[in-house]
Amino acid sequence: MPGKLKVKIVAGRHLPVMDRASDLTDAFVEVKFGNTTFKTDVYLKSLNPQWNSEWFKFEVDDEDLQDEPLQITVLDHDTYSANDAIGKVYIDIDPLLYSEAATVISGWFPIYDTIHGIRGEINVVVKVDLFNDLNRFRQSSCGVKFFCTTSIPKCYRAVIIHGFVEELVVNEDPEYQWIDRIRTPRASNEARQRLISLMSGELQRKIGLKVLEMRGNAVVGYLQCFDLEGESGLVVRAIGTACTLDKLSSPAAFLPACNSPSKEMKESPLAHPPSHGCRSTHNSPIHTATGSRLTQNFSVSVPTLIYTGMGSGSAGKEGGPFKALLRQQTQSALEQREFPFFTLTAFPPGFLVHVGGVVSARSVKLLDRIHNPDEPETRDAWWAEIRQEIKSHAKALGCHAVVGYSESTSICEEVCILSASGTAAVLNPRFLQDGTVEGCLEQRIEENLPAGCGFCHIPYDELNMPFPAHLTYCYNCRKQKVPDVLFTTIDLPTDATVVGKGCLIQARLCRLKKKAQAEANATAISNLLPFMEYEVHTQLMNKLKLKGMNALFGLRIQITVGENMLMGLASATAVYLAALPMPGGIQIAGKTPSDGSYEQHISHMQKKISDTIAKNKELYEINPPEISEEIIGSPIPEPKQRSRLLRSQSESSDEVTELDLSHGKKDAFVLEIDDTDAMEDVHSLLTDVPPPSGFYSCNTEIMPGINNWTSEIQMFTSVRVIRLSSLNLTNQALNKNFNDLCENLLKSLYFKLRSMIPCCLCHVNFTVSLPEDELIQVTVTAVAITFDKNQALQTTKTHIEKSLQRASTDNEELLQFPLELCSDSLPSHPFPPAKAVTVEKASPMGEGNFRNRSAPPCANSTVGVVKMTPLSFIPGAKITKYLGIINMFFIRETTSLREEGGVSGFLHAFIAEVFAMVRAHVAALGGNAVVSYIMKQCVFMENPNKNQAQCLINVSGDAVIFVRESELEVISTQQPTANCQQSCAGGEVTT
Amino acid sequence: MTSELDIFVGNTTLIDEEVYRLWLDGYSVSDAVALRVRAGILEQTGATAAVLQSDTMDHYRTFHMLERLLHAPPKLLHQLVFQIPPSRQALLIERYYAFDEAFVREVLGKKLSKGTKKDLDDISAKTGITLKSCRRQFDNFKRVFKVVEEMRGSLADNIQQHFLFSDRLARDYAAIVFFANNRFETAKKKLQYLSFGDFAFCAELMIQNWTLGAVDSQVDDMDMDLDKEFLQDLKELKVLVADKDLLDLHKSLVCTALRGKLGVFSEMEANFKNLSRGLVNVAAKLTHNKDVRDLFVDLVEKFVEPCRSDHWPLGDVRLFLNQYSVTVHSLDGFRHQALWDRYMDTLRGCLLRLYHD
Repeated sequence: MPGKLKVKIVAGRHLPVMDRASDLTDAFVEVKFGNTTFKTDVYLKSLNPQWNSEWFKFEVDDEDLQDEPLQITVLDHDTYSANDAIGKVYIDIDPLLYSEAATVISGWFPIYDTIHGIRGEINVVVKVDLFNDLNRFRQSSCGVKFFCTTSIPKCYRAVIIHGFVEELVVNEDPEYQWIDRIRTPRASNEARQRLISLMSGELQRKIGLKVLEMRGNAVVGYLQCFDLEGESGLVVRAIGTACTLDKLSSPAAFLPACNSPSKEMKESPLAHPPSHGCRSTHNSPIHTATGSRLTQNFSVSVPTLIYTGMGSGSAGKEGGPFKALLRQQTQSALEQREFPFFTLTAFPPGFLVHVGGVVSARSVKLLDRIHNPDEPETRDAWWAEIRQEIKSHAKALGCHAVVGYSESTSICEEVCILSASGTAAVLNPRFLQDGTVEGCLEQRIEENLPAGCGFCHIPYDELNMPFPAHLTYCYNCRKQKVPDVLFTTIDLPTDATVVGKGCLIQARLCRLKKKAQAEANATAISNLLPFMEYEVHTQLMNKLKLKGMNALFGLRIQITVGENMLMGLASATAVYLAALPMPGGIQIAGKTPSDGSYEQHISHMQKKISDTIAKNKELYEINPPEISEEIIGSPIPEPKQRSRLLRSQSESSDEVTELDLSHGKKDAFVLEIDDTDAMEDVHSLLTDVPPPSGFYSCNTEIMPGINNWTSEIQMFTSVRVIRLSSLNLTNQALNKNFNDLCENLLKSLYFKLRSMIPCCLCHVNFTVSLPEDELIQVTVTAVAITFDKNQALQTTKTHIEKSLQRASTDNEELLQFPLELCSDSLPSHPFPPAKAVTVEKASPMGEGNFRNRSAPPCANSTVGVVKMTPLSFIPGAKITKYLGIINMFFIRETTSLREEGGVSGFLHAFIAEVFAMVRAHVAALGGNAVVSYIMKQCVFMENPNKNQAQCLINVSGDAVIFVRESELEVISTQQPTANCQQSCAGGEVTT
Repeated sequence: MTSELDIFVGNTTLIDEEVYRLWLDGYSVSDAVALRVRAGILEQTGATAAVLQSDTMDHYRTFHMLERLLHAPPKLLHQLVFQIPPSRQALLIERYYAFDEAFVREVLGKKLSKGTKKDLDDISAKTGITLKSCRRQFDNFKRVFKVVEEMRGSLADNIQQHFLFSDRLARDYAAIVFFANNRFETAKKKLQYLSFGDFAFCAELMIQNWTLGAVDSQVDDMDMDLDKEFLQDLKELKVLVADKDLLDLHKSLVCTALRGKLGVFSEMEANFKNLSRGLVNVAAKLTHNKDVRDLFVDLVEKFVEPCRSDHWPLGDVRLFLNQYSVTVHSLDGFRHQALWDRYMDTLRGCLLRLYHD
């Protein structure tokens, strides 16, 4: 009996009226955990009942503690008929299971009903007594900490970064069980919520076990997703990076080690390279059979089409290699489980040596009913196969690891696209524990690499390049070769030197597809995919050039499948890396040079493009120091960097590589306008409007080139659904609609947030789904942060000099912000010290300081303020404690859509309620913020004819306590926990 | 391409004061968009009409969701769904319960009943305030009335506690509730020159001195109803005009004191008996509900208008009223000094406020 769970029901407030006659409610509460249920007394005739119950005690296994949610149901007592349910609260007690997180959960929770939404609040206190009899063979993994944050959490130090952990569990979806036909929607929704809650608990426990096996104590970058496969079931899967973390107790002492990670091995983060036993066994049959790579560091796997149910001809053909793979996998099951993948996007200094480029793999699958939930082998095998592919792509790029790794799915009926992507990278072998690292890596390691460019240097062999790239000597150190552009899925490394500011760029694409069934459908999709990947890539490249920049960070490409179309949306943050060559312009080439007017048109367009590039350079302050060609002394004959993007006539993927090589000898970046399509593309390039002045946007943690954030933040979610006019849709019209949808959405955001100017939208995360035939849904979550304009106007260069100076002179000053300096990903401006110094010292009259003071967290408010942000930090504040992971799943359904304000009213209210429930849980844990918040799923379905709608939302994040930097000096010991709980408990007022 | 769904939800609820005002003023979304365009917002921000439309819709939806909470402002403070900074919460409440001068003058002193609500169309047409806004204001009055009507303690304090108003707004609402409860006539043509502020001022004085609460703070409705006993007693004042000697003595005392100090001395001397009769008769009649309702009409007819027609300056009115009430203490035969003070102190304040063009 390793744990005792104690629950006390204190009071309720704002309950709904359940008895029309008296306008009152006779409420009581059921507290359920596992199979045990307790009840409170009925509190007669009150909308604000005071139960003040005894402590309900549950004696349970810690395995159950991890899996099961605490379920609290509020009911209205009825003497003559069945009691009516008012609503429920599910409390995940996981944060109470490890010592460093929360010790008690106490506060007001919204009472939630899947049909009516929030109906009042209930005050609950939850405690856990864990008995420390540690059974070696236990099935639980209590004590393993989970973080959604994709970097080493702020108040921890990474002792060892072990590597990839993954797990998935499957089950039948209650919505599709036979019983669903006879039960109420409410019962069905609740069954689903409960099941998913159980499954995520189980998943987390299993991942925790794997971490313990690896001798780690934490999972960082934990990403858990649901695949609602409909008839065929429900999959909950998660990936993460296992680490051994040390809590920083006296941060100041640790500071020196942070500044020089390479000097002291012990203090530095270590990485366990996973063993590479399997790599020799197959030069990936899939890879050679169907894989191909396109231009520019951008390795794309043509999706492998594999059917679970063998049958059709094509399936037979492609099933072969897969089977072979499966056999290999089972043979080397142990080794297979370990992939050299890291879900982190920001790293301790010195961890990342080189970056090869983006690797991605997709595959199209046909879903089949999951016959045995206890053996989720099929899904496991699918993912293993994709990961294998990613791994081999990385190897082809001369890299032994993949960082910034993520996985996703898109499901439409019975077809599912599995996607995985990451950034191939070489990690510092000095941090690796065993020396069995590939040779390709060792030769690449330099001593005394100048900071800020090392990661750009190519990891692959110059003479044996995996794809046609155009290399020059690094513009920073002049010693190593760098590519002309760099695409990555990670955040900008803190030590990277960036010129000017960055910006969000997006590639958007739609492709119509015939409606088809099963295999035919899957085949059609997998045939379309390579073209989409290619075009997305072309668009990204064009837009990057148009911005006058040379690198992409945080690249995320989402391919969404619908009944009759495929959508591609790629988002990334473009920057100008000082180490990489200046991008050449874009040249337009007409295919019929004889025609005079055509020629004129072309030259007109050419001018427009050149103007736009010039304007963008000014806008984003891109003025790299001029370097004369002689100094570069490039062995590469052409002074200008060129690359060639093809609008290839024969887009057969196998040939792309050849074609590319054969056309490599032209200056500048040539866009060949050979048909109307191409014309459209050029036009669409030019129609992207930059954000209004005072606004910046990026999809990374923060914007390169801006480092003086104020504490004013606003996280938001915006959802739009458009209905396409169904008649005669063409690809072009579709593209335009989609493009307009995204652009208008951004414009609306800029307008809404105009009071925050100067401001940057950070971590802009677009998600596209196709809920129905003619509907496109775009969901955006981001955070707007105001920055101090005066300081922002300083040029990067002077800033660098200043900060360096200050850093060297003001060492004592720095000690005040030791944690920030250690933390790797914080304001990923290249010079973290600059931030600490500027906050503290620079411009005493500055607005930043003023604002910080003028807007203290409101203590007199009865409801404590809880900040939410998708970032891993809170500007102007220090995170002092991580309280545990928040992972919540909600379903809301209505049968009175019109009465609730239509679809917009319904979803608006639901999202507001989800935010409220997240905030309430964080506050109950004693926290005042959620960091690394993400809305992983927002599935919306409507049936206006029946006046019905349903929505499923899944959110997660890390609950934390933060302290304002301005208050830090005042409060020497941490007291926010006490404060917060006081305010929560004291929030009771008689009405 | 049509937008099926379009929402924006912030962790901190965004409140656009301008749009809030338009919403409160009862404009439809399309009217509000047109008004915003006219205000030049597109030029200032470079936004498109579509963006403005979406933004306005969004704010309207938020306000609509907040409205339920605004009906019981403490709920707004304790609810968890919308995270709104306290200063913004206060603004939302204050603006929601704010009212138009033109509107309040129309309903002040009327019974807050369904009947009055039916007349809102006419009021809307007359004042140019949208019907929607009229309804909101009317419902606000009624809601506050219902909540505080049977409570103990100070009216303004009760309102402030249950609706979290600012001092100023709470006092205004106390006046509205007080007027509605006592059904003072304010709509007569001769009262049209009076502002809500004038009435509110009088209401406050009357609440302080003439209600039950002025003598006993432990009764229900203490600030709402006038002290019946006091009104009964006021009959006793009649002696001041009924007894000729007393009246003459009173007049001579006032005239002696004011001789040379008053610009309108002769007019005062000539009118003294009329004015005094007017003021005392108003007091004596207050036993009847009907006459209570006509209090302001009577005051204007019996005092304000005669003085105004003789062009008394305000300073002279003040001097006269002071002297008029003080000299009563020197009337040996008059035994109701305390009663007189309770009546006259308030009345004097009211009259001075009512005396203007």
